[in-house]
Amino acid sequence: MELTGAQILIHYLEDEGVELIWGYPGGAALPIYDALDTDAKKLKHVLVRHEQAAVHAADGFARSTGLPGVALVTSGPGATNTVTGIATAYMDSIPMVVITGQVATAMIGLDAFQEIDTVGITRPIVKHNFLVKDVKDLAITLKKAFYIATTGRPGPVVVDLPKDVQNALCDYQYPKEVSLRSYQPIVKGHSGQIKKALDMMLAAKQPIIYTGGGVVLGGASADLTELAHQLGFPVTNTLMGLGGFPASDKQFVGMLGMHGTYEANLSMHNSDLIIAIGARFDDRVTGNLEKFCPDAKVIHIDIDPASISKNVAVDIPIVGPVKQVLAEMNQLLKKTGIKMDDEVLQAWWSQIEAWRATDCLRYDQLGHKIKPQAAVEAVWRITEGDAYVTSDVGQHQMFTAQYYPFDKPRRWINSGGLGTMGFGLPAAMGVQAAFPEETVVCVTGEGSIQMNIQELSTCLQYGLPIKVLCLNNGFLGMVRQWQEFFYDRRYSMSYMDSLPDFVKLVEAYGHVGIRIDNPETMEQQLEEAFSEKYKNRFVFIDVITDQQENVYPMIPAGAGLDEMILV
Amino acid sequence: MKHIISMLIENESGALSRVSGLFSARGYNIHALTVAPTNDETLSRLTLVTSGTNQQVEQIVKHLNRLIDVVKVVDITEGEHIERELMLVKLKATGVMREEIKRLADIFRGTIVDVTSTIYTVQLVGEIQKLDAFIDAIDDALIVEIVRSGAVGLMRGEKSLHL
Repeated sequence: MELTGAQILIHYLEDEGVELIWGYPGGAALPIYDALDTDAKKLKHVLVRHEQAAVHAADGFARSTGLPGVALVTSGPGATNTVTGIATAYMDSIPMVVITGQVATAMIGLDAFQEIDTVGITRPIVKHNFLVKDVKDLAITLKKAFYIATTGRPGPVVVDLPKDVQNALCDYQYPKEVSLRSYQPIVKGHSGQIKKALDMMLAAKQPIIYTGGGVVLGGASADLTELAHQLGFPVTNTLMGLGGFPASDKQFVGMLGMHGTYEANLSMHNSDLIIAIGARFDDRVTGNLEKFCPDAKVIHIDIDPASISKNVAVDIPIVGPVKQVLAEMNQLLKKTGIKMDDEVLQAWWSQIEAWRATDCLRYDQLGHKIKPQAAVEAVWRITEGDAYVTSDVGQHQMFTAQYYPFDKPRRWINSGGLGTMGFGLPAAMGVQAAFPEETVVCVTGEGSIQMNIQELSTCLQYGLPIKVLCLNNGFLGMVRQWQEFFYDRRYSMSYMDSLPDFVKLVEAYGHVGIRIDNPETMEQQLEEAFSEKYKNRFVFIDVITDQQENVYPMIPAGAGLDEMILV
Repeated sequence: MKHIISMLIENESGALSRVSGLFSARGYNIHALTVAPTNDETLSRLTLVTSGTNQQVEQIVKHLNRLIDVVKVVDITEGEHIERELMLVKLKATGVMREEIKRLADIFRGTIVDVTSTIYTVQLVGEIQKLDAFIDAIDDALIVEIVRSGAVGLMRGEKSLHL
């Protein structure tokens, strides 16, 4: 069957099983948009209001479903607007394919209208990228793009498609298989290493399991939970790993790192063995590397060999998919029946319980101002802890990580690595589109929300009933907090003056706006916002919160995990 | 310590910039880099000289392996290997220096490949250190221009870098 390149793209996406793409048309993508109109059968396209949002939405879709997200944009500014979104996905290893239009091959290099070197610009922030110069290579290139994006350590892949290639004719057949001689992701961890690791685990006295986004991405939550229960060890999650282990489980000691719990950080610091699973010893987790866990040996399970011994030297590395490695560990443990010495383990737990007793997440609930923590906790209660929650970046992100405990993976959607303000709302669109019946909350601040607020329009067009919880303290809260602590309270440019009336603003966009500024009525107003009445409406909840509130506990930059500021 | 990292990469546009981009993005340094096609027209051989602790170089190799266009990577300085670099040095050669430079080139087994009434161009092949030594032995004032190819190398004996 002879098709144009643009038609091949649409047919390919349908054959690949893609049902939803996010995008914005433009000159160099016109043939694709035309083919979308003429050839798409099941494939749906959501028109965003800015290309950055297309990528974040595809990202939110991918994080919540585990399927690759797909975005489609034009050349030049269309492509450059995707850069923040691609980098966000890259830092958090999110499977994604971004298709960018490009000027015709004969025009490349001539500074043509809306020409930019997309492959060059995105090279450092993609797992791989392609410029398709011949329509004959298109189908197989797309196959490679999806294969690379979704296997091994996932990541974004960009396919740049010149306009003449979109128009050129070629036979099309869906390529069922692909192999790349230079890319063979590891599918199994080394059994010898797994045995050695188990021996080390059973001989430990103060072990801790530290898990990250890799457990969520690798679909290994159940295996992790089983392993933790078999071993009886404490479990801590990174920001990206939340939900990978049920937060309500008594073995869970909370998030670790800069704003982690006292018990998680002290358990790490005093441990004699860290079992790192799908985590990468990020600087927000380790604090000062020279002071990091002085007595701990390290077992590191990760799909990416380059993550091993990058920041922290590892004693037993296991390179492989976490799901497979953990399953093998579970099997071995069951077969041998060996357990850690119960007395030793109990002694470790009583120490941890003593740390836990400090109740480091308590906060002062008196006064006339709404505490942001209380707003998040109320939403957790009202949604029964079972909503999909996206966030932007800053204090509200940390409050959500601390006060909305997740029991399931893929419910907590945030930009952990790149820390992208403006991520939350478009990511929530991706989640809501994937799960139309589920409650999707975007926790944001008055700073972050304004970075992609144009998407209110998209939410109306596609009837996405997202609930936005805007913790509005009139400050770029995290910047203000750092300025208070480390810059002698010189609040340089962190005050948000001339804020819009968000309620009126969202009403103008056709949505429901609710302002909450009284702690007495907060719970009731929130309940209304999440009630049946607004089930099918986009609701923006503008919560006026205490301007002075800070995120605690906190490990200042350069300090060790045992040097936390508690209040 | 200097390491010579040798790799087979896809003979495609952009492959080289992925490698060099990795080095600049992660703050690794490149002392020298050379790339040319191989007998397999789909592959290029890229050799680069870098420096760092063993841990850093291990990390470099892992990151190179992550690049889709990099097919095979080896740090040839890890084991016994042969390395060679080619250098052309243009020198002011007048008066007594004409004879002196000729003698020095002979000592280093160099050849004079171009001669004018005032200039000798010396070609030298050898290990990096040997070329460095030649430059050290020459008065700076005589040097008009130097060009070095960057090192290439192979593992000794049966070991080889192949698909």
